[in-house]
Amino acid sequence: MIEVQDLTKKYGELTAVRNLSFRVEKGKIWGLLGPNAAGKTTTMRILTGYLPATSGRASVAGFDVFEQPNEIKKAIGYLPEIVPLYPEMTVEGYLRFVAEIKQVSAAKRKAAVAKVLESAALETVRGRLIKNISRGYKQRVGVAQAMIHDPQVLILDEPTIGLDPAQIREIRELIRRLRGEHTILLSTHILAEVTQVCDGAVIINEGRLMASGSLEELTASIQAKDARDGVVVKLRRGGDEALALFRGLAGVETAAAEADGIRLEWGRGRELREDVAKLAVARDLGLLEMRPLAMNIEDLYMKIVSGGSEQ
Amino acid sequence: MKNVWSITKKELGLYFGSPVGYVVFALFLFIWGYFFTIILRAFNDQSFQMAQNPYYYQQLNINQLVFSYTFQNITIFFLLLLPALTMRLFAEEKKLGTEELLYTSPLSSAQIIAGKYLASLIMLVFMLALTAVSVIFTFLYGNPELPPLLVAYLGLFLLGAAFMAVGLFFSSLTENQVVAVILAMGTNLLIYILSWSAYSASGLKASVYNYISFVPHFGQMVSGVLDTKDIVYFLSFCFFWLFLTHSWIQSRRWR
Repeated sequence: MIEVQDLTKKYGELTAVRNLSFRVEKGKIWGLLGPNAAGKTTTMRILTGYLPATSGRASVAGFDVFEQPNEIKKAIGYLPEIVPLYPEMTVEGYLRFVAEIKQVSAAKRKAAVAKVLESAALETVRGRLIKNISRGYKQRVGVAQAMIHDPQVLILDEPTIGLDPAQIREIRELIRRLRGEHTILLSTHILAEVTQVCDGAVIINEGRLMASGSLEELTASIQAKDARDGVVVKLRRGGDEALALFRGLAGVETAAAEADGIRLEWGRGRELREDVAKLAVARDLGLLEMRPLAMNIEDLYMKIVSGGSEQ
Repeated sequence: MKNVWSITKKELGLYFGSPVGYVVFALFLFIWGYFFTIILRAFNDQSFQMAQNPYYYQQLNINQLVFSYTFQNITIFFLLLLPALTMRLFAEEKKLGTEELLYTSPLSSAQIIAGKYLASLIMLVFMLALTAVSVIFTFLYGNPELPPLLVAYLGLFLLGAAFMAVGLFFSSLTENQVVAVILAMGTNLLIYILSWSAYSASGLKASVYNYISFVPHFGQMVSGVLDTKDIVYFLSFCFFWLFLTHSWIQSRRWR
C-alpha cells in the first residue's frame, strides 16, 4: 500500500533522509519510529506530496507520489505534526471546510462530517470554537479531518505528542479502531506506542533505515542474534549465598548480581525458569519477581537511538 | 472553480469571524464620511455663492466637485487600510501550520491564490457598497450623473484590487502579519508616489513613471473617463503580483 524506494531528501547541505526504503501492507498499522530529528516528518511530508524528494521513488495506494500528486492527495488522509486548525472556526465548520477541499461531493459531505464526529467522539464539542477546546479534543479534530474523505491511507505525524496519559490512551484507541479499514503509517519517538498500537515498525535514525518489519519479525531477528536466554530474579533474602546456589544450578552459565536482582543466563533453547523457581522456593529465598531477559524491541531501539549499529 | 469557491467561503467566514474586517470597515466608513461631509458642505457653500450667477451655476458639477474629490482623498487611506485585509491570507496559514493542510489537499496553488484573492475582492466590493448610502442622498437632493460615477467607482475598485494584489504577495512572503502589512503599505506607497517623480523627469522617463504609478490611471477613471488603457493597466498590474505570489509559493515548496 505504501512503498518507498531509495528515498533521499536534502535541505541544502543537510541530508534529512538517506536512501530510505520500506513498505507497508494494506490494512496494517505501521509505526515510523525514531528519535527526534530522525527524518520522520520529512518522510511523511514527501509521502503526502507536501515536499518533493531529492531522489528516489515512493508510491501510495498504487499512485506515484511525484507523478500523480492529485490522486495521492485524494488517497491519503494526513495529520501533520502541528495540527492544522483554524482557531476561529467551529469544530463542525472546520470539518465541513476540510470535506470540501478534499472534494467530498456535496451530497455526501454532511454524512462524512457526521461519521467522523462520531468515530472521533467529537459530538459534544461540534459547535464550539476550536480555540476553546482542550488539547486532546484538538488532536482528535486533527485525526477526524484526516479521515473525512475516507482515504485508503492515513499518515499521522506524532498523533499523541503533547497529550496527557488519558488523552494518549483515547487517541491510541481511536487509531486501533481504524485498523483494517485504513492502512496507517504513524510516526512516533515513543516505543510503547509502536508495541501497543502497531503491527510493525520502520525504525530510522539520522535519516537512515535501521530496521523494519512486523513486530514478530523484529523480535525474532533480535533473538536470532542473541545466543543466550535467561532471567532476572528478585529475592527478599539470600544475597551472596543465593548467587552461589544459582551458579551451582545445572545449565546456568553465568549468574551475576545486578542492581535489581540476580541475572542468570543460559544457552538458547533451554528452559530453566522452572528450576530457578523451584530452587528459590525450596531454599526459602523469598522469590519476589522473575522476568525474562530476552532482548526485545526496546533494547534494539535503545541501541539504535544511542548511536548503535546499522542492521 | 468549486475549489476556488471553497477557499473563498472559508476566508469570508474568517473575515467576519474576526475583528479585523469590522475594524477596517468602520475606519474606512468614518474617513469616507469625514471627507464626504466636508467636501459636500464646501460644495453647498459654493452653490449658494454661485446661485446669483446663472452661468457659473450651470458649471457646478457634483460629480466633479464632490465625488472626484472624495474618491481622490480616500485613496491614500485605501492604500493603508487594504493591506490590513490581505495581510493574514497567507501569513496566518503559515503561522498556524494550516498551509500543510491546504497543500496536501487536491487543490492547486493557483486555486488557493484565486480563492483567497477573490475573498479579499468581495470584502472590497462590500466596503464600497457601504459608501453607497451617502451617494444615494446626493441623488435624492441633487442631480449627479450616474455613468461617470460608476466609472469612478470602477476605478476605486480596480485601485483597491491592485493594492490587495500587492498585499497578497507580501502575505505569502512571511508568517508575520505585521511584516506583511508594512511591506505592502510601503510598496503601494512607493508605486503611488512614482508619479511625483514624473514631474521632475522628462521624455521617456516621465512616461514610464506615469505608466507604472497608479495615480494617472486612477485620475482618468475618477473623472469619469473610461479608457481600455487604464483597465488593461490595472488588470495587468494585479495579474503581475498574483503571478509573483504563485511563483513564490511554487518555489518555496521546491526548495
